[in-house]
Amino acid sequence: MKEYQTITEISGPLVYAEVDEAIGYDEIVEIETAQGETLRGQVLESSEGVVAIQVFEGTSGIDQNASVRFLGETMKMPVTEDLLGRVLDGSGRPIDDGPEIVPEERQDIVGAAINPYSREYPEEFIETGVSAIDGMNTLVRGQKLPIFSSSGQPHSELAMQIARQASVPEEEESGDDEEGSEFAVIFGAMGITAEEANEFMEDFERTGALERSVVFMNLADDPAVERTVTPRMVLTTAEYLAFEKDYHVLVILTDMTNYCEALREIGAAREEVPGRRGYPGYMYTDLAQLYERAGRIQGREGSVTQIPILTMPGDDDTHPIPDLTGYITEGQIYVDPDLNSQGLEPPVNVLPSLSRLMDDGIGEGLTRADHGGVSDQMYAAYAEGEDLRDLVNIVGREALSERDNKYLDFADAFETEFVDQGFETNRDLEETLEIGWDLLSMLPKEELNRVDEEFIEEYYREDDSEREVVEAAD
Amino acid sequence: MSKAESTETTGDGVIQSVSGPVVSARDLDARMNDVVYVGDEGLMGEVIEIEGNITTVQVYEETSGVGPGEPVENTGEPLSVDLGPGMLDAIYDGVQRPLDVLEGKMGSPYLDRGVDAPGIDLEKEWEFEPLVEVGDEVGRGDVVGVVEETVTIDHKVMVPPDALEEGETAEVVTIEAGSFDVTEPVAELSNGTEVTMHQEWPVREPRPSANKKTPRTPLVSGQRILDGLFPIAKGGTAAIPGPFGSGKTVTQHQLAKYADADIIVYVGCGERGNEMTEVIEDFPELEDPANGNPLMARTSLIANTSNMPVAARESCIYTGITIAEYYRDMGYDVALMADSTSRWAEAMREISSRLEEMPGEEGYPAYLAARLAQFYERAGYFENVNGTEGSVSAIGAVSPPGGDFSEPVTQNTLRIVKTFWALDADLAERRHFPSINWNESYSLYKNQLDPWFQENVEEDWPEKRQWAVDVLDEETELQEIVQLVGKDALPDDQQLTLEVARYLREAYLQQNAFHPVDTYCPPEKTYLMLTTIETFNDEAFDALEAGVPVEEIIDIESVPRINRIGVQEDYEEYVEELKADITEELRSLY
Repeated sequence: MKEYQTITEISGPLVYAEVDEAIGYDEIVEIETAQGETLRGQVLESSEGVVAIQVFEGTSGIDQNASVRFLGETMKMPVTEDLLGRVLDGSGRPIDDGPEIVPEERQDIVGAAINPYSREYPEEFIETGVSAIDGMNTLVRGQKLPIFSSSGQPHSELAMQIARQASVPEEEESGDDEEGSEFAVIFGAMGITAEEANEFMEDFERTGALERSVVFMNLADDPAVERTVTPRMVLTTAEYLAFEKDYHVLVILTDMTNYCEALREIGAAREEVPGRRGYPGYMYTDLAQLYERAGRIQGREGSVTQIPILTMPGDDDTHPIPDLTGYITEGQIYVDPDLNSQGLEPPVNVLPSLSRLMDDGIGEGLTRADHGGVSDQMYAAYAEGEDLRDLVNIVGREALSERDNKYLDFADAFETEFVDQGFETNRDLEETLEIGWDLLSMLPKEELNRVDEEFIEEYYREDDSEREVVEAAD
Repeated sequence: MSKAESTETTGDGVIQSVSGPVVSARDLDARMNDVVYVGDEGLMGEVIEIEGNITTVQVYEETSGVGPGEPVENTGEPLSVDLGPGMLDAIYDGVQRPLDVLEGKMGSPYLDRGVDAPGIDLEKEWEFEPLVEVGDEVGRGDVVGVVEETVTIDHKVMVPPDALEEGETAEVVTIEAGSFDVTEPVAELSNGTEVTMHQEWPVREPRPSANKKTPRTPLVSGQRILDGLFPIAKGGTAAIPGPFGSGKTVTQHQLAKYADADIIVYVGCGERGNEMTEVIEDFPELEDPANGNPLMARTSLIANTSNMPVAARESCIYTGITIAEYYRDMGYDVALMADSTSRWAEAMREISSRLEEMPGEEGYPAYLAARLAQFYERAGYFENVNGTEGSVSAIGAVSPPGGDFSEPVTQNTLRIVKTFWALDADLAERRHFPSINWNESYSLYKNQLDPWFQENVEEDWPEKRQWAVDVLDEETELQEIVQLVGKDALPDDQQLTLEVARYLREAYLQQNAFHPVDTYCPPEKTYLMLTTIETFNDEAFDALEAGVPVEEIIDIESVPRINRIGVQEDYEEYVEELKADITEELRSLY
């Protein structure tokens, strides 16, 4: 392997070196500094005679005497089932003092696109135990459903709750599940603080979830450029476990905003023509290459489900990061600062939230036949109540009709009884739908125009006493 | 580089630099838009810039690991599609490689590199039936025979448009019925042309036509708000802009399922993989509402999902419209759905920025408006070169960043298209679907399509539509007052108008795409639904005039049944009974 001491320019995370052989695009590079430190990088642009290298660990310590080695291959992730239970850094190296990892395979982290013809349409319900999700924005296996949040919101608690609870019914089932697929969580942290990381790790350890998890940690003080590799490592591991080892993998990526910032940093260093708000023009394609790695494949048992978390700068969902994400993912869950300050746990605002795959994942034979109708009706009623709140501020409650007052009551009860369940409570779908019917029964029967009549017959609480009985049984 | 060398016939070049999908090559003898094979793996690419000795190529496949020094081979041909029987019931990527064949060839669910496959099966034999005889004179584009491509569609075999000059004819020398594959000649003409079932056509060049005409037939979609308020013509253009989650894709799917076109070309351009899978899984099971055959029998799918190479996303729109034009030449009505044209525009932007071109608005290339216009201009109602009539309707979804319609792609699209279905996040949030905003949307085809609706549905169709629009307009104004003072402060007649408008919104404009009956609403049903609401309106105002308090009118038992018309299969009977009940109940109040 040839070594070069031909670095001509160092700028931000980029190093330019002269070469006298052909170097492939995306190839991996090792740079050894005069102090003997080895840094890793990737070829960003390859021309005759000169290559641009992006250095993952940052370029500090590199001088023009540093030697550059081209490894002749693109970035690979060593994968094996033994990764479960391990904690790795953002480049996939173990940091938990455990035994050495002997890889079964080394897979290219870029990951080829799944042929749409080979995919299987996701329609298996995942019970997260969170009413606002199960009831209103159902998650299915193979879906990518991000959490749109902002700084200071408890999105991590929500993600952990999902990771914890989604697994439980799965494991109980696995005994008689003829597929015998197991559940695994892969957690990819990009640029989160050490404190946040500790919270996640404590939760993992407390609940014993670590043994079926793989954790990738790129912390806030780790090199920013490494963040562009971390999610690809995570997803390569996820694909391996899902499609070769039959696991149902839940991938949590936090925080995608930090990932995009790293993309912008590299783009700026390369003096690229910037797109919206300085983010590179190819950010849509780049994000799609991550998010689209969720899914199911025909003839394979496992699945990759993604829950990326992103903090919206200024709580603005028209910012390029949430905007482009929303166009790629199959819906989104909004964490709302107002609901959070009211003390709702989890503070999920269901109105702008959406699960695109919900319609095909619920209903008779999948969840419960009335699920779709109940969800639609509650959406419409909550939206109407929410509208009326503005009006109440102006004219007062007395000025409103009896019908309007019922909707206002519904909206309040929806938040306190349906959404606010606490981060530690695990509700099964049956319970979620029963609470839904309790709430819908606050409205006159004739108002329920989105639910089939037969379900109104079956579930509508005719009088209040019936309703309280159910509540007391809670 | 001297001229003498550039005229050499080999024309192979050497890669000089690689940056993502953009590769520069030295010493390549190529014309603009020639297709080239790049690198040792032979990745497919297209020439997009020539500067001195350096040729820039956009590569339709992932370029990881490709390096300088590797060869670039020129095919000398522009990017073309294979046209012939077998395009229906097929699913392609952005450069017309069949995805099912690729899966077999690659032996993996992942899309590998450097694998090519023809767009149509070159070995499959089709039963050819001649429609002309030896000695007949034929001109360019003329149909010489047919093969049954699918149960629904007869594929017409035509004289290639470039085989003869305009107006020129040639005599049929031989023609024979029988089984042929697409490369075997089925007929021979006196000028030496051998007619096969297979034609190639460069995607960036529109296929020739004789004449463009004014479209006068609606593309009936079975969607009430579209047919009823904002119809599109066969041969028309429409844009569906909307923020994420507002239902662009569902609307496009509904159109692909129920629009009364002969052929559907569905282009999934830079969208979600799972969505395309849904189409692939659903369409073969669904029935064509016109004849009960599988829906795939009239559909050609192009799926270039967001994680597939960006350059192929740029080309997929052209691949789609060229296939559409080919069926138009046979005299069919074709509807093309492109979801989403914003992703297409972004692909142009990405390539343009890698070329370091001077950017126009928001980083999009300065030629964005021209490209969009060129695409939509390939739609229309045509008189074909062979004298038949056919149409291509183009319906493009637009995904404006942040749902802001003032951005360049939406604005440049609106300057061209004549139908605008504005999707609205607020409506979507309250689960009003399809969430098409009735105040902002428009159709410029309304007047030219009215005669068709009058003849085929009911004479007073335009008046009824106008009545609905007026009520909805009035509601919008009244809602502003309600926001300030509350509903009860309004006079009785205005409260009643709000109630009528509510039924228009909830029963008429909303339609459940996931309900087996409501998903498709024939124009007759759309009409009857509207007249039912109008009956309530007229009777209610009569009652109000007779002194009945508005609360009592609103509270009558029969009206809420209007909300269930949509889900009735035997709607005629239901509507008749409902109208009678409403009338009776209201008249009994005074």
